[in-house]
Amino acid sequence: MHRFAKPSVFLKLASAIMPWAIGITVVTLAVGLYLALVASPADYQQGDTVRIMYIHVPAAWMGLFCYVGMAICGTMSLIWKHPLADIAARATAPIGATFTALCLITGSLWGEPMWGTWWVWDARLTSMLILLFLYLGYMALVNAFDDPERGSKAGSALALVGVINVPIVKFSVDWWNTLHQPASVARMGGPSIDPSMLWPLFLIAIGFTGYYVVVLIVRVRLELNERRIRALQLGGVGQSAADQQHLAVPAKQAGAGE
Amino acid sequence: MKILIAILARDLRLALRQGADSIMVVAFFIVTTTLFPFGVGPEANILARIASGVIWVSALLAAMLSLERVFQTDFEDGTLELLALSPVPLELVVLGKVLAHWLTTGLPLIITAPVMAVMLNMNSAGFGTLMLAMLVGTPALSLIGAIGAALILGARRGGVLVSLLVLPLYIPVLIFGAGAVEASLLGLPVGEHLQIMGAILLLTLALAPLAAARALRLAVE
Repeated sequence: MHRFAKPSVFLKLASAIMPWAIGITVVTLAVGLYLALVASPADYQQGDTVRIMYIHVPAAWMGLFCYVGMAICGTMSLIWKHPLADIAARATAPIGATFTALCLITGSLWGEPMWGTWWVWDARLTSMLILLFLYLGYMALVNAFDDPERGSKAGSALALVGVINVPIVKFSVDWWNTLHQPASVARMGGPSIDPSMLWPLFLIAIGFTGYYVVVLIVRVRLELNERRIRALQLGGVGQSAADQQHLAVPAKQAGAGE
Repeated sequence: MKILIAILARDLRLALRQGADSIMVVAFFIVTTTLFPFGVGPEANILARIASGVIWVSALLAAMLSLERVFQTDFEDGTLELLALSPVPLELVVLGKVLAHWLTTGLPLIITAPVMAVMLNMNSAGFGTLMLAMLVGTPALSLIGAIGAALILGARRGGVLVSLLVLPLYIPVLIFGAGAVEASLLGLPVGEHLQIMGAILLLTLALAPLAAARALRLAVE
């Protein structure tokens, strides 16, 4: 794992993964959306409204997945001082927040025709809203320090504390009797959804994951470049002779995490 | 134990001599609560209906208001660094400070709560449960708050930030705290609610000092 701590190794790996990630994202989303919006049958009760599910459910999974990923990165950065883990956690937060917001918005659009209300204070909905707040709190905390290093560390601690909300979201529909329907895919005894609906759901989930990987790589690259620029600027303040050497190995310097 | 008492005594002395802090918290609590009758109208039935929730939310906000200064002053004048360098475990320091925070904010709030409950026309059947629930709930608020207070040390706009970090984590205490009072007003058993709050308190008692101490170490590093 520590081999990937070096940004140059990561960047090489990322360049290798990138075309695959883009390809998988495009293909699975195209096929998945076709199956979801055209080929799959309409629900016998909900009609075509059920198609909101194909975005709503994968977005919810991704919202939780990104938070867990953030917490794992936080753990890695706290225990092993892994510099890339910090950057990855930081880069994951806005993506996860977007997926969570997407889940809440599509859920609201779905809830209006099905339940007759845009929003209820139901355990699943409320815990998902708290997840969004946790993301926002994390992003605010990480950016509130003059020293980015310090912000990442504080963020790691917060991500770990907030991870307690993830099982609450997952099991909220089992623990409380709510308006939101109980789990129908990831449950004991297998999914209770017809395969014709399950397949587009999984394809879009894979597409979303691929999208996450693509955006994550872009954001991590951006952050690494920004750090490199900052390191160069800091280096340029004092000695100019030493600069030339720094310019020769900027990747290494950025990798040291300052 | 001796160290814990020493830290506690120091913080309490500071709070008393600098004065006004716990009075401010109580005043904030009273003012916030009195805003509700103006906002929703003075109708007695409605006020009685929302009293438990209003009191809990106001108590939450009041407890949060004082969080910023739990570690801030010690951080600024360097005491925190000395404490971190000393052989005293930082978790113990956190525990002492949390206890002092609870004694200076949580306890006055618990004493004031029934007065506000009367003003909001709450049925007197709920008073006992309200105080009991707050007795279990407010220490958990102080403990969770300590994590937030430690995380924002050295941050810009720390006061606003702490609300964004801490309030989402306060929600379970609010749900079960207000739920216990509701249950007792409806004549239902309150044991379950109080047991869950007790569980939250024990969990935070075990985890919050560790997390907060970790955050403090990052701050003084």
